[in-house]
Amino acid sequence: MVLIRVVEEMIANKYRENKMRCPTHLCTGQEAISSAVSANLKIQDTVVSTHRSHGHYLGKGGNVDKMIAEIYGKSSGCSKGYGGSMHLIDLNVNFMGSTAIVGNSMPIGIGLGLSSKLENYNNISCVYFGEGCTEEGIFHESVNFAITKKLPVLFVCENNLYSVYSGLNVRQPKNRKIHKMVEGMGIKSFNGDGNNVIDVYKLTNKAVKYIKQNNKPAFLEFKTYRWREHCGPNYDNDIGYRTEKEYLDWKKKDPIKNYIKFLTNKNIFKLEYLKRIDKSIISKSIKAFNFAEKSKFPSKNDATKNVYA
Amino acid sequence: MPKKRIIKFNEAINEAMVTAMNLNKKVLCFGLGVDDPKRIFNTTKNLKEKFGSDRVFDTPTSENAMTGVGIGMSLKGYYPVMVHQRLDFFLLAMDQLVNSAAKWHYMFGGQQNIPITIRLIVGRGWGQGPTHSQSLHSWFAHIPGLKVVMPSSARDAKGLLLSSIFDKNPVIFIEHRWLHNTTSEVPVKKYLTPISKPKIIKKGSDITLICISYMTIEAIRAVDFLEKENVSVEIIDLRTISPINYSIINNSIKKTGRFLVLDIGNEKYGVASEIISTITIKLYKYLKNPPNKITLPHIPTPTSFGLTKDFYPTYRDIIFEVLKMLKKKTLKNKIPVLKNLHDVPGNWFTGPF
Ligand SMILES: Cc1ncc(C[n+]2csc(CCOP(=O)(O)OP(=O)(O)O)c2C)c(N)n1
Repeated sequence: MVLIRVVEEMIANKYRENKMRCPTHLCTGQEAISSAVSANLKIQDTVVSTHRSHGHYLGKGGNVDKMIAEIYGKSSGCSKGYGGSMHLIDLNVNFMGSTAIVGNSMPIGIGLGLSSKLENYNNISCVYFGEGCTEEGIFHESVNFAITKKLPVLFVCENNLYSVYSGLNVRQPKNRKIHKMVEGMGIKSFNGDGNNVIDVYKLTNKAVKYIKQNNKPAFLEFKTYRWREHCGPNYDNDIGYRTEKEYLDWKKKDPIKNYIKFLTNKNIFKLEYLKRIDKSIISKSIKAFNFAEKSKFPSKNDATKNVYA
Repeated sequence: MPKKRIIKFNEAINEAMVTAMNLNKKVLCFGLGVDDPKRIFNTTKNLKEKFGSDRVFDTPTSENAMTGVGIGMSLKGYYPVMVHQRLDFFLLAMDQLVNSAAKWHYMFGGQQNIPITIRLIVGRGWGQGPTHSQSLHSWFAHIPGLKVVMPSSARDAKGLLLSSIFDKNPVIFIEHRWLHNTTSEVPVKKYLTPISKPKIIKKGSDITLICISYMTIEAIRAVDFLEKENVSVEIIDLRTISPINYSIINNSIKKTGRFLVLDIGNEKYGVASEIISTITIKLYKYLKNPPNKITLPHIPTPTSFGLTKDFYPTYRDIIFEVLKMLKKKTLKNKIPVLKNLHDVPGNWFTGPF
């Protein structure tokens, strides 16, 4: 969780150096979900994700150096500079790919689930997406197939209330509960506070157990909030689609601060100890940026490679 | 003489929308973000305030369904203008576009029209990469029943958008993102620029450059140098890629005997190849040279600053190719170099979108 926060905020701080030249969607504020979901996944479990995938990639254990190098467009990047921030992959940890068209990776995650079923349910396929995706036809097609075929798929819906600058009020009926909607489609569903890392952990744990015991998919919906603008490094509470107050209210629910409070209040860890962890995470992150900056750009001639296998 | 009014391409689009919505109450505007704070790069500015949220509205992330909704509205006499911030997002709507919008008039014996207009923006630069910068106009041009309009100036953007909105057929209206900030003289009054009619924007005698969308800008940039080298180029802005009325083009080529097509799409199976084959079949005996085309290489758009270096052709490539076709020698290093970094159109554009 702290690693994701530190990396995202370093990207935000350095983005205006104009060296990370690709559309970049930060997940600051939403870190609890990717961290605690990932803590329930085994290395052989696969993950697919969206345009906002840094947290999912890092949570799964994706290589930090290679992620930052990818955002810098370097040949040492996880997609060798071909993909950028919106197209991450780390096959060493079965992070199978994140893609940039809303809903695009979801059926691919279902396919990964079907392959697992054919191999005796040997792993879970985790599919991350935003609530915007539930408005696409492909979402319903995918959920339907997953439940019909009883696939070991873990759906993780990060409901951060906005699709770009469009609030839920113009996109979905009032009081829509996404988890209830999919429950109506026959899929086991859970709903929780996406900013409470313990909640996320416990619910995911239940969902994963359910999948394993029943050989069926499960669905998680977590409410959360992105702190920064939809795409890019800035804050945008001033441009009119949401309020500073709304942001500040959500900031009070900072998943990291609250977790630290919990750990120290209960004397599980001393603050000193946590600070030491932070330090090592910060130096790991700085190292990743140094690695990225020092790495070389791919040559322009490499652009014609990889078109066909 | 009244002073000429110079405005930006995106302002011209906005003006066309306001004009159309004033002219006819049945003109609608919808799509993701049309009333959000950024207003689709300001092209839908003030529309909601002026015309209300029945006629101007944001939508769910549901491209295919919303296209069908537009078709349904048009069956009842509405003129929906739909907007997608990237052409790539609209790919989810291929079924409604191809199987319904393009076919409805034909498959029901001409009884109903589908006058929808779909505005698509083609991204470029700042690592837009493989799925945020595709120029797939040739796909649409391949479908009978669709019109595909691609203006390159603010003036044509206004006149052609108005024609597109009131055209009886489905029109795909493609805006290149790098054109949004370009300016030209745009009359305040309402005017309709005819669809299908190419425009000669510079007369010349040695070679005809047939330009699509943003490549018109690069062609204009090539002129100065070429004139200094004593080459007289005729520049035709195609403006509509389907259907094309060839008479202006044919006359030009009968005069110059040479032509080069400049496209913003991939090299193969595209509009550039289509134009070359059409002209060559018809005007074979007038041609002094084999024709040629300048396009994107036939690869997906890579993301990295390093990989995109030579991906997009510029005026330099045009100059080089024209001189080659005319068998004139020039040293590549004589051609003036690019002033910007290669992945931005100018200082106004700083990404990320
Ligand atoms: C098919 C498609 N339509 C539109 C877009 C533009 N777009 C990019 S991200 C995004 C927001 C989607 O919202 P959500 O799925 O909730 O994810 P969030 O950005 O909130 O994490 C949109 C509409 C797209 N990438 N693909």
